[in-house]
Amino acid sequence: MIQLCPIADLTPGAVTRIARPDVPVPLALVKVGERVFCVDDTCSHETASLSDGWLDGHEIECPLHESRFDLRTGRPDCPPARRPIRTHVVQVVDGMVCVEEASLALTAETAR
Amino acid sequence: MTTIAVVGTGLAGVRAAEALRAEGYDGRLVLVGEEAAQPYDRPPLSKQVLLGKCESQDIALTDEDLRAVLDAEWLLGTRATALDPASRALTLVGGRSLHADGVVIATGARARTLPGMPQLHGVHTLRTLDDAHRLREDLSRPGRVVVVGGGFIGAEVASSARALGHEVTIVEYEQKPLLRQLGPEAAGILGRLHTDHGVALVTGVGVTGLVGEEGVREVELSDGRLLPAEVVVVGVGAVPNTEWLTGSGVACDNGVLTDERCRTTEPGIVAAGDVAAYRCRGGRLRIEHWTNARDMPVIAAGSLLATLRGQDPMAQPVHDPLPYVWSDQYGVHLQIAGRPGVDDMLELVSGSFDDSFAAVYRRDGEISGVLAIDSPREFGRLRRDLRSAWSIR
Repeated sequence: MIQLCPIADLTPGAVTRIARPDVPVPLALVKVGERVFCVDDTCSHETASLSDGWLDGHEIECPLHESRFDLRTGRPDCPPARRPIRTHVVQVVDGMVCVEEASLALTAETAR
Repeated sequence: MTTIAVVGTGLAGVRAAEALRAEGYDGRLVLVGEEAAQPYDRPPLSKQVLLGKCESQDIALTDEDLRAVLDAEWLLGTRATALDPASRALTLVGGRSLHADGVVIATGARARTLPGMPQLHGVHTLRTLDDAHRLREDLSRPGRVVVVGGGFIGAEVASSARALGHEVTIVEYEQKPLLRQLGPEAAGILGRLHTDHGVALVTGVGVTGLVGEEGVREVELSDGRLLPAEVVVVGVGAVPNTEWLTGSGVACDNGVLTDERCRTTEPGIVAAGDVAAYRCRGGRLRIEHWTNARDMPVIAAGSLLATLRGQDPMAQPVHDPLPYVWSDQYGVHLQIAGRPGVDDMLELVSGSFDDSFAAVYRRDGEISGVLAIDSPREFGRLRRDLRSAWSIR
């Protein structure tokens, strides 16, 4: 398990970007209600950082080209993105948001 | 069974087909495209494709899953040459006829060329994948590049040619590139982007001739200067593809005229994308931005289906988006929203005009546009302010 950040650091309605050497890919953390969502921070279309984008309920909009991704499924609602972003299951352990390292590993299919 | 023909297989055509199926249309769907290539996305043509960073499969607009969902007949490499509105019959190249109950016109636009110029090797326009491949081939050899026109295509081609190591000159008819679209201050900033990256900018002159025997050798300017060039790229705008509608009764005037719901003057025929000049609160707009080709077909599909189903099309949503365009040049990301007037005041919100920034245009104190360089987060926030102002206009 990789510890990402204290859950107390997550503000509802805001995106927290995690980009650190010990985390294989940049991540975006979002707290909606009591649930914490963790997705790849890089848009599946080009290289935009989704944490710069607009958050609307369970959707995050790419700041560059407006594809909206559902935080629950990773799926975009319209082009230019066609492929989903990866979603990661998180656990809160002793107040820390944690994610399984295996979930973050890039496969041949997801590595670009 | 009902048949809907979508004429045009660029982004607007594919999006129309997608929207028709998403709205539950289960009849026959025929897509007619002049280009033989599978549908592809155009923004990368002036950038990643020219730079050799991606190939045709990387810019495909459809994949196996989407084609299965669309369940369409694809007539690629097939130009529509006429449309008879009474029978809603399309004439296809070679004389074949296709009857349809509903038609989506999405034939887009083509690159404008310089009139009266000789046909010389090395002279290009950039609109299609074939154009991009031909230009890339010429850019693979050393040579001086002259780009005619400092708009988005011209700027992106100049940036790509420069990145490939060429000596590049942009010739712009106005005193600054994009002056009439973005006003003097922003045009100055974008002009400096070129010169800062070693691209020469020649402004306030026109191109009066292309000189050469087989291949182009020089570009002749209106002030008498001759610019040596082995490659010339003409980026002077686009012309909507409406000629095939002559005699169809579908009214055209710099594009297919539509109402707010993308309906043309003929029932059962809608238009969307670059080809469509739609009515909106601001008057009439024909917008060549990628985002318009993505969003307008969804409205067109909705109103066409309402008509075919005998429902009230006036109950369907209208097309009145906040215009949005982006451009990638010299490694910076430019974003523009709204339709700022040339005299609107540009007001810095964050950053610095010498570097990355977000700024708003104001007209009579009201926000009329947003411009940002490498500031996506701030741009998004300001664009939302503008969207609110836009929707209550």
